[in-house]
Amino acid sequence: MALRSKVINLYKTLLYMGRDYPQGYDYFRDKLRKAFDKNRHETDPTQIKKMIVHGNYVIRELQALYMLKKYRTMKKRYYDESPKL
Amino acid sequence: MARVLVGVKRVIDYAVKIRVKPDKTGVVTEGVKHSMNPFDEIAIEEAVRMKEKKTAQEVIAVSCGPTQAQETLRTALAMGADRGIHVEISAKEYETLQPIHVSKILAKLAQDEKADLVLVGKQAIDDDCNQTAQMIGGVLNWPTATFASKIEHGQGELTVTREIDGGLETIKVKTPAVLSADLRLNEPRYATLPNIMKAKKKPVKKVTAADLGVDISPRIEVVSVEDPPVRQAGSIIPDVDTLVGKLKEGGHI
Repeated sequence: MALRSKVINLYKTLLYMGRDYPQGYDYFRDKLRKAFDKNRHETDPTQIKKMIVHGNYVIRELQALYMLKKYRTMKKRYYDESPKL
Repeated sequence: MARVLVGVKRVIDYAVKIRVKPDKTGVVTEGVKHSMNPFDEIAIEEAVRMKEKKTAQEVIAVSCGPTQAQETLRTALAMGADRGIHVEISAKEYETLQPIHVSKILAKLAQDEKADLVLVGKQAIDDDCNQTAQMIGGVLNWPTATFASKIEHGQGELTVTREIDGGLETIKVKTPAVLSADLRLNEPRYATLPNIMKAKKKPVKKVTAADLGVDISPRIEVVSVEDPPVRQAGSIIPDVDTLVGKLKEGGHI
C-alpha cells in the first residue's frame, strides 16, 4: 500500500506541475494519464520503485525546463538588444 | 540578524498572450492565468537564501491587491517566506494603484515590522514601471541599490553588484537598505505542491491601506491602452538591383 500512495502522490505532483506546461494543461494531462495507464498492471515492487524514481526525474526536468523558459523569455524581453540596422 | 521585507506582485503570467480590451481602457484580466511577477520570485529567492545562510532571521512577504493576491503570497510562502501580509485593495481601487502608493505602503510596513532590508523585484512585467524600490528608498530615506545581480553581506553593510548599461557597478550600502532584484541575481526555486500545502498553515495578516494611513486615491488617469504596432510583412525581391533600389528608396544607403 505504501507504494500505491507514493504513485498517487507522484501523479498528483506531476498533474500540478502540468498547469505550467508550455503546450497547455490538457496536453500534459493526456500524456501523463497515458504514461501511468500503460503501467497500471505492474505488480513487481522493484519495477514500480524504478518507475517512481523515473517520475521524480521527470519532475526535476520539468522544473529545470520551466525555470529556463522563464529566464529566456525575460532575457529576450528585457535584455536582448535588437540588431542595429 | 536582519528581518527582510519582500514585495510580491500578482501579474498576468509571462507566457500568456496579452489582449487589449476593445474599449482601450486596459488589458483583459478575467479568466487569464496569473502568477507571481518573475522579478519578485527572484527577490523572494534571495531573501530565502539569506535566511538559509543565517544572514537573515525572518522573511516577510507583502502583496497589495484584491483577494487573489493571496495566491501570490501563498507561492511566496511556499518558496520559503515565514509569513505574509496581504494589503487588501478592492479591484476598483487596484486599477489605479500606482508604484507611489505601493512604495508608501511598503515603507510603512517596513517601519512597523522593523525590517532591516526591503527587497523587491526591479519591475513588474505588467506595467513595467520600475519605480517601487526607488520610491521606497525615498520615502524611508534609506540607501537604495537597484538592479542587484549579487548581494554580499558585511558588518552593517552590504556589497551589491549592480547591472548597469554595458557593465557592472559594485557599491556598498549601509543597512537598513532597499534593494531591487535583477534577472541574474539567482535562479528561483519552484513552489512545489507539498510546499504550497504547507504554506497554507503559515500566517497571513490582512490589513488595508487605510489601516496603514496611506492615501491610495489615483494620481494618474489612463487615457488609452493600445496594442503595439504590428510588424509589416516582408517581401521577396527578385534580384540585387531591385534590392539596392528599395534600400535607396527607404533611405538606408
